[in-house]
Amino acid sequence: MNGVHDMGGMDGFGKVEPEPNEPMFHTEWEGRVLAMVRAMGAAGAFNIDTSRFYRETLPPEVYLGSSYYRKWLLGLEDLLVDKGFVGADEIAAGHAMAPAKPLKRGKFTRADVERIMVRGKFARPAPAAAQFKPGDRVRAKNIHPTTHTRLPRYARGHVGVVELNHGCQVFPDSAATGAGENPQWLYTVVFDATELWGPDADPTLKISIDAFEPYLEAA
Amino acid sequence: MSDHDHHHDHDHSDLSETELRVRALETILTEKGYVEPAALDAIIQAYETKIGPHNGAQVVAKAWSDPSFKQALLDDATKAVSTLGHVSRVGDHLVAVENTPRRHNMVVCTLCSCYPWEMLGLPPVWYKASPYRSRAVKDPRGVLADFGVSLPKVTEIRVWDSTAETRFLVLPMRPEGTSGWSEQQLAELVTRDSMIGTGFPKTPKAPS
Repeated sequence: MNGVHDMGGMDGFGKVEPEPNEPMFHTEWEGRVLAMVRAMGAAGAFNIDTSRFYRETLPPEVYLGSSYYRKWLLGLEDLLVDKGFVGADEIAAGHAMAPAKPLKRGKFTRADVERIMVRGKFARPAPAAAQFKPGDRVRAKNIHPTTHTRLPRYARGHVGVVELNHGCQVFPDSAATGAGENPQWLYTVVFDATELWGPDADPTLKISIDAFEPYLEAA
Repeated sequence: MSDHDHHHDHDHSDLSETELRVRALETILTEKGYVEPAALDAIIQAYETKIGPHNGAQVVAKAWSDPSFKQALLDDATKAVSTLGHVSRVGDHLVAVENTPRRHNMVVCTLCSCYPWEMLGLPPVWYKASPYRSRAVKDPRGVLADFGVSLPKVTEIRVWDSTAETRFLVLPMRPEGTSGWSEQQLAELVTRDSMIGTGFPKTPKAPS
Protein backbone atom coordinates (compact mmCIF):
# COMPACT_ATOMS: atom_id res chain seq x y z
CA MET A 1 0.00 0.00 0.00
CA ASN A 2 1.12 3.55 -0.66
CA GLY A 3 1.30 4.42 3.03
CA VAL A 4 3.30 6.91 5.06
CA HIS A 5 5.51 4.06 6.25
CA ASP A 6 7.06 4.01 2.75
CA MET A 7 9.07 7.13 3.44
CA GLY A 8 12.31 6.68 1.48
CA GLY A 9 13.09 9.99 -0.22
CA MET A 10 10.52 12.10 1.62
CA ASP A 11 11.60 15.52 2.85
CA GLY A 12 10.74 17.53 5.92
CA PHE A 13 11.25 15.11 8.80
CA GLY A 14 14.23 17.04 10.10
CA LYS A 15 17.58 16.00 11.43
CA VAL A 16 18.58 12.56 12.64
CA GLU A 17 19.01 12.80 16.38
CA PRO A 18 21.23 10.11 17.87
CA GLU A 19 20.80 9.71 21.62
CA PRO A 20 24.07 9.10 23.49
CA ASN A 21 24.01 5.97 25.67
CA GLU A 22 20.49 5.15 24.60
CA PRO A 23 18.82 2.50 26.78
CA MET A 24 17.36 -0.60 25.15
CA PHE A 25 13.89 0.45 26.32
CA HIS A 26 12.87 3.97 27.33
CA THR A 27 10.02 2.74 29.50
CA GLU A 28 9.14 -0.61 30.98
CA TRP A 29 6.05 -1.03 28.79
CA GLU A 30 8.13 -0.95 25.59
CA GLY A 31 9.74 -4.23 26.57
CA ARG A 32 6.34 -5.76 27.38
CA VAL A 33 5.02 -4.80 23.93
CA LEU A 34 8.05 -6.25 22.17
CA ALA A 35 7.71 -9.45 24.19
CA MET A 36 3.97 -9.80 23.48
CA VAL A 37 4.48 -9.33 19.75
CA ARG A 38 7.30 -11.87 19.67
CA ALA A 39 5.39 -14.36 21.83
CA MET A 40 2.11 -14.20 19.94
CA GLY A 41 3.91 -14.43 16.61
CA ALA A 42 5.92 -17.42 17.78
CA ALA A 43 2.75 -19.07 19.10
CA GLY A 44 1.33 -18.89 15.59
CA ALA A 45 -1.19 -16.06 15.88
CA PHE A 46 0.36 -14.26 12.89
CA ASN A 47 3.49 -14.07 10.74
CA ILE A 48 5.98 -11.21 10.57
CA ASP A 49 4.59 -9.86 7.30
CA THR A 50 1.07 -9.63 8.67
CA SER A 51 2.30 -7.80 11.76
CA ARG A 52 4.16 -5.30 9.55
CA PHE A 53 1.03 -4.77 7.46
CA TYR A 54 -1.03 -3.97 10.56
CA ARG A 55 1.42 -1.26 11.56
CA GLU A 56 1.36 0.15 8.03
CA THR A 57 -2.42 0.34 8.02
CA LEU A 58 -2.59 2.51 11.12
CA PRO A 59 -4.06 5.87 10.07
CA PRO A 60 -1.24 8.09 8.74
CA GLU A 61 -1.59 10.66 11.51
CA VAL A 62 -1.41 7.88 14.11
CA TYR A 63 1.57 6.26 12.41
CA LEU A 64 3.53 9.51 12.26
CA GLY A 65 2.42 10.71 15.70
CA SER A 66 3.16 7.54 17.66
CA SER A 67 6.39 6.28 19.12
CA TYR A 68 7.82 3.09 17.67
CA TYR A 69 6.54 0.69 20.32
CA ARG A 70 3.17 2.43 20.50
CA LYS A 71 2.77 1.58 16.81
CA TRP A 72 3.63 -2.01 17.70
CA LEU A 73 0.98 -1.99 20.43
CA LEU A 74 -1.76 -0.51 18.25
CA GLY A 75 -0.94 -2.88 15.39
CA LEU A 76 -0.95 -5.86 17.74
CA GLU A 77 -4.35 -4.94 19.21
CA ASP A 78 -5.92 -4.57 15.76
CA LEU A 79 -4.35 -7.78 14.53
CA LEU A 80 -5.44 -9.89 17.49
CA VAL A 81 -8.98 -8.54 17.25
CA ASP A 82 -9.21 -9.14 13.48
CA LYS A 83 -7.87 -12.68 13.82
CA GLY A 84 -10.31 -13.45 16.61
CA PHE A 85 -7.81 -14.01 19.39
CA VAL A 86 -9.04 -11.06 21.44
CA GLY A 87 -12.36 -9.19 21.42
CA ALA A 88 -12.60 -5.44 21.03
CA ASP A 89 -14.86 -5.60 24.08
CA GLU A 90 -12.08 -7.33 26.01
CA ILE A 91 -9.59 -4.61 25.05
CA ALA A 92 -12.09 -2.00 26.24
CA ALA A 93 -12.74 -3.87 29.48
CA GLY A 94 -9.11 -4.75 30.15
CA HIS A 95 -9.75 -8.41 30.89
CA ALA A 96 -10.78 -11.64 29.18
CA MET A 97 -14.51 -12.17 28.63
CA ALA A 98 -14.67 -14.97 26.08
CA PRO A 99 -13.01 -18.35 25.58
CA ALA A 100 -9.58 -18.44 23.96
CA LYS A 101 -9.07 -19.31 20.30
CA PRO A 102 -6.55 -22.14 19.88
CA LEU A 103 -3.07 -21.04 18.82
CA LYS A 104 -1.29 -22.96 16.08
CA ARG A 105 1.71 -23.71 18.30
CA GLY A 106 -0.03 -23.50 21.65
CA LYS A 107 0.59 -21.33 24.67
CA PHE A 108 3.90 -19.44 24.66
CA THR A 109 5.94 -20.54 27.66
CA ARG A 110 9.46 -20.06 28.98
CA ALA A 111 10.56 -23.14 27.09
CA ASP A 112 9.82 -21.31 23.83
CA VAL A 113 12.06 -18.33 24.53
CA GLU A 114 15.30 -19.80 23.30
CA ARG A 115 13.97 -20.67 19.87
CA ILE A 116 12.79 -17.12 19.19
CA MET A 117 16.26 -15.76 19.89
CA VAL A 118 17.44 -17.44 16.71
CA ARG A 119 16.44 -15.68 13.56
CA GLY A 120 13.82 -17.39 11.44
CA LYS A 121 14.57 -18.97 8.11
CA PHE A 122 12.83 -17.59 5.05
CA ALA A 123 14.53 -19.63 2.29
CA ARG A 124 12.25 -22.06 0.46
CA PRO A 125 12.65 -24.54 -2.41
CA ALA A 126 12.38 -22.83 -5.78
CA PRO A 127 9.20 -23.57 -7.73
CA ALA A 128 10.88 -22.41 -10.97
CA ALA A 129 14.27 -21.30 -12.33
CA ALA A 130 15.41 -17.76 -11.59
CA GLN A 131 14.47 -15.31 -14.32
CA PHE A 132 17.39 -12.95 -13.65
CA LYS A 133 21.08 -13.22 -12.84
CA PRO A 134 23.69 -10.84 -11.48
CA GLY A 135 24.56 -8.21 -14.09
CA ASP A 136 21.08 -8.15 -15.67
CA ARG A 137 19.39 -4.79 -16.15
CA VAL A 138 15.93 -4.78 -14.63
CA ARG A 139 13.15 -2.29 -14.13
CA ALA A 140 11.18 -2.18 -10.91
CA LYS A 141 7.59 -2.46 -12.06
CA ASN A 142 5.27 0.50 -11.76
CA ILE A 143 2.82 -1.27 -9.48
CA HIS A 144 0.73 0.09 -6.62
CA PRO A 145 -0.79 -2.80 -4.68
CA THR A 146 -3.16 -1.65 -1.94
CA THR A 147 -2.04 -4.54 0.25
CA HIS A 148 1.38 -5.22 1.79
CA THR A 149 4.41 -4.95 -0.47
CA ARG A 150 8.14 -4.55 0.08
CA LEU A 151 8.79 -2.67 -3.15
CA PRO A 152 9.38 0.92 -2.03
CA ARG A 153 7.72 3.63 -4.07
CA TYR A 154 10.97 5.45 -4.80
CA ALA A 155 12.23 2.51 -6.86
CA ARG A 156 9.11 1.87 -8.94
CA GLY A 157 9.53 2.48 -12.66
CA HIS A 158 13.31 2.80 -12.35
CA VAL A 159 16.07 0.74 -13.94
CA GLY A 160 18.80 -0.92 -11.93
CA VAL A 161 21.22 -3.81 -12.12
CA VAL A 162 20.91 -7.17 -10.36
CA GLU A 163 23.88 -7.60 -8.04
CA LEU A 164 23.06 -10.59 -5.81
CA ASN A 165 20.70 -13.53 -6.00
CA HIS A 166 19.58 -14.47 -2.47
CA GLY A 167 17.71 -17.58 -3.51
CA CYS A 168 14.03 -18.26 -3.20
CA GLN A 169 12.24 -16.88 -0.14
CA VAL A 170 8.82 -16.39 1.41
CA PHE A 171 7.00 -13.67 -0.56
CA PRO A 172 5.80 -11.05 1.95
CA ASP A 173 3.08 -9.73 -0.37
CA SER A 174 1.37 -13.13 -0.20
CA ALA A 175 2.24 -14.09 3.35
CA ALA A 176 0.91 -10.82 4.77
CA THR A 177 -2.60 -11.44 3.47
CA GLY A 178 -2.75 -15.08 4.52
CA ALA A 179 -2.38 -16.22 0.90
CA GLY A 180 0.51 -18.55 1.75
CA GLU A 181 4.25 -18.32 1.40
CA ASN A 182 4.29 -18.31 -2.41
CA PRO A 183 8.14 -18.38 -2.54
CA GLN A 184 9.85 -16.08 -5.03
CA TRP A 185 13.42 -15.38 -6.09
CA LEU A 186 14.98 -12.48 -4.24
CA TYR A 187 17.66 -10.19 -5.68
CA THR A 188 19.67 -7.20 -4.56
CA VAL A 189 19.11 -4.59 -7.28
CA VAL A 190 21.33 -1.50 -7.42
CA PHE A 191 20.24 1.89 -8.73
CA ASP A 192 22.27 4.99 -9.47
CA ALA A 193 21.05 7.91 -7.38
CA THR A 194 20.63 9.93 -10.58
CA GLU A 195 18.21 7.28 -11.89
CA LEU A 196 16.08 7.57 -8.76
CA TRP A 197 16.40 11.24 -7.85
CA GLY A 198 17.29 12.98 -11.11
CA PRO A 199 20.31 14.77 -12.54
CA ASP A 200 20.99 16.81 -9.42
CA ALA A 201 21.48 13.73 -7.26
CA ASP A 202 24.81 12.84 -5.67
CA PRO A 203 26.82 11.20 -8.49
CA THR A 204 28.78 9.10 -6.00
CA LEU A 205 25.64 7.51 -4.54
CA LYS A 206 24.13 4.13 -5.34
CA ILE A 207 21.12 2.65 -3.58
CA SER A 208 20.09 -0.97 -3.49
CA ILE A 209 16.86 -2.68 -2.56
CA ASP A 210 16.13 -6.35 -2.11
CA ALA A 211 13.50 -7.07 -4.72
CA PHE A 212 11.40 -10.18 -5.23
CA GLU A 213 11.12 -11.41 -8.80
CA PRO A 214 7.46 -10.36 -9.24
CA TYR A 215 8.57 -6.76 -8.63
CA LEU A 216 10.92 -6.82 -11.63
CA GLU A 217 10.87 -6.92 -15.41
CA ALA A 218 13.76 -7.11 -17.89
CA ALA A 219 15.05 -3.72 -19.04
CA MET B 1 4.24 21.31 15.20
CA SER B 2 7.71 20.14 16.03
CA ASP B 3 7.33 16.40 16.48
CA HIS B 4 10.43 15.84 14.42
CA ASP B 5 12.46 17.71 16.98
CA HIS B 6 10.85 16.25 20.05
CA HIS B 7 9.80 12.69 19.41
CA HIS B 8 11.16 11.64 22.79
CA ASP B 9 8.95 14.19 24.56
CA HIS B 10 6.01 12.87 22.61
CA ASP B 11 6.74 9.36 23.86
CA HIS B 12 6.42 10.55 27.42
CA SER B 13 3.24 12.59 26.92
CA ASP B 14 1.25 9.49 25.98
CA LEU B 15 2.95 7.22 28.46
CA SER B 16 0.21 6.70 31.00
CA GLU B 17 -2.57 5.96 28.54
CA THR B 18 -0.26 3.66 26.63
CA GLU B 19 0.92 1.96 29.76
CA LEU B 20 -2.66 1.20 30.75
CA ARG B 21 -3.36 -0.30 27.35
CA VAL B 22 -0.23 -2.42 27.51
CA ARG B 23 -1.17 -3.77 30.92
CA ALA B 24 -4.71 -4.45 29.79
CA LEU B 25 -3.53 -6.40 26.77
CA GLU B 26 -1.07 -8.45 28.79
CA THR B 27 -3.82 -9.25 31.30
CA ILE B 28 -6.08 -10.46 28.50
CA LEU B 29 -3.39 -12.57 26.83
CA THR B 30 -2.52 -14.12 30.19
CA GLU B 31 -6.11 -14.79 31.24
CA LYS B 32 -6.83 -16.42 27.90
CA GLY B 33 -3.84 -18.68 28.33
CA TYR B 34 -1.94 -17.43 25.27
CA VAL B 35 1.24 -16.40 27.07
CA GLU B 36 2.98 -17.04 30.35
CA PRO B 37 3.98 -13.70 31.93
CA ALA B 38 7.25 -15.28 33.06
CA ALA B 39 7.97 -16.08 29.41
CA LEU B 40 7.55 -12.40 28.54
CA ASP B 41 10.00 -11.54 31.34
CA ALA B 42 12.41 -14.07 29.89
CA ILE B 43 12.14 -12.60 26.38
CA ILE B 44 12.97 -9.14 27.69
CA GLN B 45 15.85 -10.50 29.72
CA ALA B 46 17.20 -12.37 26.71
CA TYR B 47 17.14 -9.20 24.61
CA GLU B 48 18.83 -7.28 27.39
CA THR B 49 21.63 -9.78 27.89
CA LYS B 50 22.15 -11.97 24.82
CA ILE B 51 22.12 -9.62 21.89
CA GLY B 52 23.92 -6.37 21.35
CA PRO B 53 26.66 -4.70 19.34
CA HIS B 54 29.31 -6.69 21.21
CA ASN B 55 28.37 -9.64 18.97
CA GLY B 56 28.97 -7.69 15.78
CA ALA B 57 32.14 -6.18 17.21
CA GLN B 58 33.60 -9.65 17.76
CA VAL B 59 32.85 -10.58 14.17
CA VAL B 60 34.43 -7.39 12.83
CA ALA B 61 37.51 -7.76 15.03
CA LYS B 62 37.98 -11.33 13.83
CA ALA B 63 37.64 -10.25 10.22
CA TRP B 64 40.30 -7.59 10.81
CA SER B 65 42.64 -10.17 12.34
CA ASP B 66 42.08 -13.23 10.20
CA PRO B 67 42.10 -12.82 6.39
CA SER B 68 40.56 -16.22 5.74
CA PHE B 69 37.70 -15.48 8.15
CA LYS B 70 37.22 -12.12 6.47
CA GLN B 71 36.92 -13.77 3.08
CA ALA B 72 34.51 -16.35 4.46
CA LEU B 73 32.45 -13.55 6.04
CA LEU B 74 32.21 -11.64 2.77
CA ASP B 75 31.39 -14.84 0.87
CA ASP B 76 28.66 -16.07 3.24
CA ALA B 77 28.23 -14.13 6.46
CA THR B 78 25.61 -16.45 7.92
CA LYS B 79 27.88 -19.45 7.54
CA ALA B 80 30.99 -17.62 8.74
CA VAL B 81 29.29 -16.23 11.84
CA SER B 82 27.75 -19.58 12.69
CA THR B 83 31.27 -21.02 13.04
CA LEU B 84 31.88 -18.66 15.98
CA GLY B 85 30.37 -20.35 18.97
CA HIS B 86 30.70 -17.34 21.23
CA VAL B 87 28.40 -14.97 19.38
CA SER B 88 24.64 -15.17 19.36
CA ARG B 89 23.25 -17.59 16.85
CA VAL B 90 22.01 -16.13 13.60
CA GLY B 91 19.54 -17.60 11.20
CA ASP B 92 19.88 -17.24 7.48
CA HIS B 93 20.32 -14.19 5.35
CA LEU B 94 23.16 -12.19 6.88
CA VAL B 95 25.30 -10.29 4.38
CA ALA B 96 28.52 -8.46 5.34
CA VAL B 97 29.52 -5.48 3.21
CA GLU B 98 33.03 -4.11 3.29
CA ASN B 99 34.06 -0.49 3.54
CA THR B 100 37.16 0.40 1.54
CA PRO B 101 38.99 3.66 0.85
CA ARG B 102 36.84 3.93 -2.29
CA ARG B 103 33.47 2.80 -1.00
CA HIS B 104 31.43 3.45 2.13
CA ASN B 105 28.37 1.33 2.96
CA MET B 106 25.36 2.43 4.95
CA VAL B 107 22.30 0.41 5.96
CA VAL B 108 18.69 1.55 6.33
CA CYS B 109 15.18 0.14 6.34
CA THR B 110 12.98 2.76 4.69
CA LEU B 111 9.80 0.67 5.11
CA CYS B 112 10.03 -0.27 8.77
CA SER B 113 12.98 -1.08 11.04
CA CYS B 114 14.80 -4.17 9.71
CA TYR B 115 18.16 -4.48 11.42
CA PRO B 116 20.59 -7.32 12.23
CA TRP B 117 19.34 -7.88 15.80
CA GLU B 118 21.58 -10.87 16.48
CA MET B 119 24.67 -8.86 15.54
CA LEU B 120 23.78 -5.36 16.81
CA GLY B 121 20.95 -5.77 19.32
CA LEU B 122 17.67 -3.86 19.03
CA PRO B 123 17.90 -0.81 16.80
CA PRO B 124 18.23 2.66 18.34
CA VAL B 125 15.29 5.06 18.10
CA TRP B 126 16.91 7.17 15.37
CA TYR B 127 17.26 4.12 13.10
CA LYS B 128 13.49 3.49 13.34
CA ALA B 129 12.43 7.14 13.10
CA SER B 130 11.27 9.10 10.06
CA PRO B 131 14.30 11.42 9.60
CA TYR B 132 16.76 8.57 9.04
CA ARG B 133 14.38 6.34 7.09
CA SER B 134 13.36 9.16 4.73
CA ARG B 135 16.77 10.73 4.07
CA ALA B 136 19.27 7.87 4.09
CA VAL B 137 18.47 6.80 0.52
CA LYS B 138 18.48 10.32 -0.93
CA ASP B 139 20.90 12.39 1.12
CA PRO B 140 23.23 10.05 2.99
CA ARG B 141 25.96 12.69 3.20
CA GLY B 142 23.50 14.98 4.95
CA VAL B 143 22.57 12.16 7.32
CA LEU B 144 26.24 11.48 8.03
CA ALA B 145 26.69 15.17 8.82
CA ASP B 146 24.00 14.79 11.50
CA PHE B 147 26.33 12.20 13.05
CA GLY B 148 29.30 14.51 12.71
CA VAL B 149 30.77 12.26 10.04
CA SER B 150 32.05 13.31 6.63
CA LEU B 151 33.55 11.37 3.75
CA PRO B 152 35.78 12.51 0.91
CA LYS B 153 33.72 13.91 -1.97
CA VAL B 154 34.93 11.16 -4.29
CA THR B 155 34.08 8.24 -2.01
CA GLU B 156 31.31 6.12 -3.47
CA ILE B 157 28.42 5.71 -1.07
CA ARG B 158 26.32 2.60 -1.22
CA VAL B 159 23.09 2.57 0.73
CA TRP B 160 21.51 -0.82 1.36
CA ASP B 161 17.74 -0.57 1.90
CA SER B 162 16.74 -3.67 3.90
CA THR B 163 13.48 -4.31 2.09
CA ALA B 164 13.40 -8.10 2.57
CA GLU B 165 14.69 -10.53 5.22
CA THR B 166 18.34 -10.08 4.23
CA ARG B 167 20.24 -8.31 7.01
CA PHE B 168 23.34 -6.26 6.38
CA LEU B 169 26.39 -5.80 8.57
CA VAL B 170 28.93 -3.16 7.57
CA LEU B 171 32.55 -4.27 7.92
CA PRO B 172 34.31 -0.99 8.68
CA MET B 173 37.95 -0.32 7.80
CA ARG B 174 40.47 -1.33 10.42
CA PRO B 175 41.86 1.78 12.11
CA GLU B 176 45.50 2.57 11.50
CA GLY B 177 47.88 2.18 14.39
CA THR B 178 46.42 -1.15 15.51
CA SER B 179 49.08 -3.46 14.17
CA GLY B 180 49.59 -6.41 16.47
CA TRP B 181 46.43 -5.75 18.48
CA SER B 182 44.48 -8.72 19.79
CA GLU B 183 40.93 -9.41 18.63
CA GLN B 184 39.69 -8.36 22.03
CA GLN B 185 41.50 -5.03 21.85
CA LEU B 186 40.24 -4.46 18.32
CA ALA B 187 36.65 -5.30 19.28
CA GLU B 188 36.68 -2.42 21.74
CA LEU B 189 37.20 0.00 18.85
CA VAL B 190 34.18 -1.25 16.92
CA THR B 191 31.12 0.93 17.50
CA ARG B 192 27.53 0.06 16.72
CA ASP B 193 27.27 2.96 14.29
CA SER B 194 30.40 1.84 12.43
CA MET B 195 28.58 -1.42 11.67
CA ILE B 196 25.50 0.47 10.39
CA GLY B 197 27.65 2.83 8.35
CA THR B 198 26.76 6.02 10.20
CA GLY B 199 30.08 6.20 12.01
CA PHE B 200 33.65 5.01 12.10
CA PRO B 201 35.45 2.78 14.58
CA LYS B 202 37.09 4.56 17.50
CA THR B 203 40.58 5.92 16.98
CA PRO B 204 43.15 3.92 18.90
CA LYS B 205 44.92 5.61 21.75
CA ALA B 206 48.67 5.84 21.44
CA PRO B 207 50.28 2.67 22.77
CA SER B 208 51.40 3.04 26.35
